[in-house]
Amino acid sequence: MNTQAFNDRNVNDSYYMVDIEEYPTDGWGRFKRVIKRTFRGELFVGLWVVLREMLKFNIHTIQYPLEKMPIGPRYRAVHEMKRLWESDAERCIGCGLCEKICISNCIKMDTKIDENSRKEVSEYTINLGRCIFCGYCAEVCPELAITHGGEYENGSEQREHYIDYNGMLTPLEMMTQGKQQEFEGFGAITPHEDARMKKTPLAY
Amino acid sequence: MEVAYLIETVIKVVVILLIFSALAGIGTYFERKILAFMQRRLGPMNVGPYGLLQVAADGIKLFTKEDIIPSGVVAPIFKIAPVITASTAFMAAAAIPFLPQFEIFGYTVHPIVADINIGILYILGIMGVGLYGPLLGGMASANKFSLLSAARGAAVFISYEVVTGLSILAPIMMVGSLSLIDFNEYQLENGWIVFNLYGVGFIAFILFWIAAFAETGRTPFHLIANDHEIIDGFGTEYSGMRWGLFFIGEYANMFFISFVIPLLFLGGYGDGSILGALALLGKVAFFFFFFLWVRAAWPDVRPDQLMWLCWKVLMPIAVVNILLAAIIMI
Repeated sequence: MNTQAFNDRNVNDSYYMVDIEEYPTDGWGRFKRVIKRTFRGELFVGLWVVLREMLKFNIHTIQYPLEKMPIGPRYRAVHEMKRLWESDAERCIGCGLCEKICISNCIKMDTKIDENSRKEVSEYTINLGRCIFCGYCAEVCPELAITHGGEYENGSEQREHYIDYNGMLTPLEMMTQGKQQEFEGFGAITPHEDARMKKTPLAY
Repeated sequence: MEVAYLIETVIKVVVILLIFSALAGIGTYFERKILAFMQRRLGPMNVGPYGLLQVAADGIKLFTKEDIIPSGVVAPIFKIAPVITASTAFMAAAAIPFLPQFEIFGYTVHPIVADINIGILYILGIMGVGLYGPLLGGMASANKFSLLSAARGAAVFISYEVVTGLSILAPIMMVGSLSLIDFNEYQLENGWIVFNLYGVGFIAFILFWIAAFAETGRTPFHLIANDHEIIDGFGTEYSGMRWGLFFIGEYANMFFISFVIPLLFLGGYGDGSILGALALLGKVAFFFFFFLWVRAAWPDVRPDQLMWLCWKVLMPIAVVNILLAAIIMI
């Protein structure tokens, strides 16, 4: 098999060799190079650059515990469970997809039929000691119920202590204030979702 | 007279020791701040307003840290080495006139501990002795990196001392004295030595300035404590205040050489007025700042490059410079 197409990394003809001066080989050449480097003032360029930065005083330090960078929406930290905007009820419908897809087997859930004969989640735990924060659960969730949050300041003796189910749920006060943040990461609704919607093919 | 002289000298020694020990500490603060600003960082910010008390925090840490003498080191030499660095740095200050003479309560004060007639020779000699600190400390440490660093220090030492000595010969020939006060008087009459004798003074100034970087072991020639090996060269086995003494010695040396350069070449304190004194302090501040500035801007050179520079470039220039000075003065 001819592998030249794979080995030839020159994707087009715009590559060219950088013009590098030949290294001097004799003493006179080296002497000339020393003289040139000495009087070209390169050292002062370096001095000027750092002085300029000092005078501009454009400081990039973030004093972390006092100041924080905004965390990206796709950051995958400890999970959150969202509530429905309309009724403040839990979004989770107990389908069990997250438990099935979880590749580190850390999600464990139990469901039952409640008095209105609706499926209800009776138990839901995430073993954060095993979780690898891959984001599959958030991607697979059809209701956007389980998502990843942005909270990265966890401290405990064990990772299991970071959060429990009630801690993951959006607090009701936040719902009354309308402050629940929608998730923009894996599996979230993209901006053009309406245009891409098709009718459900029912005629199987 | 003898008792009064003795008391005056002791007071001056104590004042210089206190001021420059404190300045060495504050010097580290300035260094960290200026380096940080040049690298678009903030530097120490948390201890005190704008991190001003960082020096005190470092001092407390250094003083209270356990003083470890590792097994296998040559203990007496290991213990005395930091003291050599710090004490010689301060001993060199004895012949430096820090300010012009002034009157206080009708009593004339000469802000120089001893105006000996071999002033500059004494200063450079004692500063040279200061190299025994890193050298002995590195050799006594029973650590190959310390030993390498000591060997580098010795190599650097014999290179730059030649340049230092030869570069100030031309100014000494002009002045005809080794006392820094005589240097000042000469420059008051004949103008700054930098501009004297058709550029000979300027070349001597540049040579001495370059050698001062090697003398204090600052960045382009920071070869004694080599950053390339990640560890601190001769200071690897040191901890606590013994390491701190090396540090104080280094910074005191920086301040003293920043005094010596303007006194030798840039007119010193001029006519001895308050303005002249402030001008001297301004020049000192510039030279100290330049040490930090260069550290932010330039990379270190290799030991062989430093020796190439000293032996093959600077020393011939210095010798030719002396000859030129002699010919012109005849």
